[in-house]
Amino acid sequence: MTAPSTAERLTRLLALVPYLQARPDGVRLADAAADFGVPEAQLRRDLDLLWVCGLPGHGPGDLIDLAFEGDRVRVTFTAGMVRPLRLSTDEAVALIVALRTLLELPGLAEGEAVSRALAKVSAAAGHPAEVRAPVAVSVGARDQSLAVVRDGLERRRALHLRYYVPSRDERTERTVDPMRLLLVDGHWYLEAWCRNVEGTRLFRLDRIDDVTVLDEPAAPPPEAHERDLSEGLYQPGAEEPLVRLRLARTARWVADYYPVEEQAEVSDPPGGLAVAVRTADLSWARRLVASLGGAATVDEPADLAAQVAGEARAALARYAD
Amino acid sequence: MRVAAKRAERLVNLVIALLGTRQYVSAAKIRATVPGYEPDDGTERADEAFKRMFERDKAELREIGVPLETGRTSAFDTEDGYRIARVDYELPEITLTGEEAAAVGLALRLWQSAQLAGAAQSALVKLRAAGVEVDQSRGIPIQPRLDAGEPAFEPCYAAARDRRVLSFDYRRPDADKAGRRRVQPWGLVAWHGRWYLVGHDLDRKAPRVFRVSRISGTPRASGPAGAFEPPADLDLAAVVAGQEAGEEHLVVVRARPGTAIGLRRHAESLGPAEDGDDRLQVRTTDLRVLADELAAYGADVLVEAPQSMREAVVARLTRLAAMGQPA
Repeated sequence: MTAPSTAERLTRLLALVPYLQARPDGVRLADAAADFGVPEAQLRRDLDLLWVCGLPGHGPGDLIDLAFEGDRVRVTFTAGMVRPLRLSTDEAVALIVALRTLLELPGLAEGEAVSRALAKVSAAAGHPAEVRAPVAVSVGARDQSLAVVRDGLERRRALHLRYYVPSRDERTERTVDPMRLLLVDGHWYLEAWCRNVEGTRLFRLDRIDDVTVLDEPAAPPPEAHERDLSEGLYQPGAEEPLVRLRLARTARWVADYYPVEEQAEVSDPPGGLAVAVRTADLSWARRLVASLGGAATVDEPADLAAQVAGEARAALARYAD
Repeated sequence: MRVAAKRAERLVNLVIALLGTRQYVSAAKIRATVPGYEPDDGTERADEAFKRMFERDKAELREIGVPLETGRTSAFDTEDGYRIARVDYELPEITLTGEEAAAVGLALRLWQSAQLAGAAQSALVKLRAAGVEVDQSRGIPIQPRLDAGEPAFEPCYAAARDRRVLSFDYRRPDADKAGRRRVQPWGLVAWHGRWYLVGHDLDRKAPRVFRVSRISGTPRASGPAGAFEPPADLDLAAVVAGQEAGEEHLVVVRARPGTAIGLRRHAESLGPAEDGDDRLQVRTTDLRVLADELAAYGADVLVEAPQSMREAVVARLTRLAAMGQPA
């Protein structure tokens, strides 16, 4: 009864006859169902419905005619439905913006092919004024590692990485078995089995300083699982300790950037925000607080505050010399 | 389910009937020839039922983008009729090579939000119906998400698409409370992983850029569609980039050997200083962000020049040093 499903089915029904018309030798029902993204039983119901539709008069020669041969189907009379409906604005935007985004991602798809596809799709979408999409995507295009990582994934080879770890400010060397590429919030990540730590890890591509494809095959062990990212990239365990910070007005953005578990308005400092972040990585927390330059204070754990203050005093001593 | 199926059948028959004629067809003729409508039995009740049904059907067809025209074929017609011009209805000819189709298949996986992911799926169905073979099973394991997790995204997108005025509560990071904004939304931009709404702020009478994640609650569109026209030469990404970019500054620091790895990744080496530290030169368009980064390196990094950067870092360190002390 819900409107979206009616619209979705109607869109599919109007596309089905042209789809069959474009494949005069017929199509396997299973393939057609896959192409339309529906179960085979639903596709059969759709075909049954179309079979009784046709031109006014609805005489024997007016109805859509389908021929079923084994597990294949083809259309023998289209009742004038020979082409699919034009792209809607949303469809044109989804296609054109996505293709433009691919153009900004060198190394992911063959650039020339993307340009040609974009030109053809824009032309088919018609109405050039509407192609001025209300959405634009700008992705950091300086991830030179993308092409190499993609090559490793395609050929299923292990990779050697020189990888920068910001929370510890160190550069590490590791051999990994690549599993998949992710684009989350404008950053590319490689999900891979890291042989050094024997676990699945996410590597942000702009932190890979060097990557080479090795001669040996990628072989993630059976326990290497792709993480479910619907809850976000960073999913701390419930047993990890809470770091409680008090953010001044200028540091409130922290609550936008990091997964905070609790947040509450506070009046000290004025317009401030008290947040709790769950993390076992205290070196990350220390860097975060230090980089906020006093705009965040630590409520918990107490020794974190002492550590940050101690380091700042050591640095001030150098300036005093 | 039965009712829904009957309705879908009626709508398909209606499209076939109106595509098959160059003449405008009157509502009465549609009622008589397209199966599924309440027949004319002379009663007012049946007339009313037909009218309601037909109105809903027209709305449904227009909703999915069927160009339903109204008009009269000749001066003798006493009421408006309906038709669908084939040239406006049909997707123009499009042929893609295997590589181009693969690019389309990959591109369409970029969307996550229900609205654009759904649109991507139905676009794919139409391309396949136009004879394009898009194999989405091929290719590399990749899961891109362009537009995840911003609840305000879809209302903003819909208002920008329909060019309707949008109102929302917006909280600047340095403000205590959210303020009401009324905006002509020009479009959405993903910039460095964050979504921005670009538009004309009706109260401030100037173009403004809003971070979508800072919109609280659900934005509301009001007034008619097509209420404004974005600037003809609008480059959405450039508006956001222009706001983000500033003048470039040079900063020189000393770093203890083997430390400040992250800083070195975007610095040029100027060689060793007399005390054995490494001298590094850093370029930045945002002095505040760099001062934050430098202060976080603590005693490993000492700012040489300019003096203003030294002072900015010392001020941060002084505040940090006071932390945990009784006030």
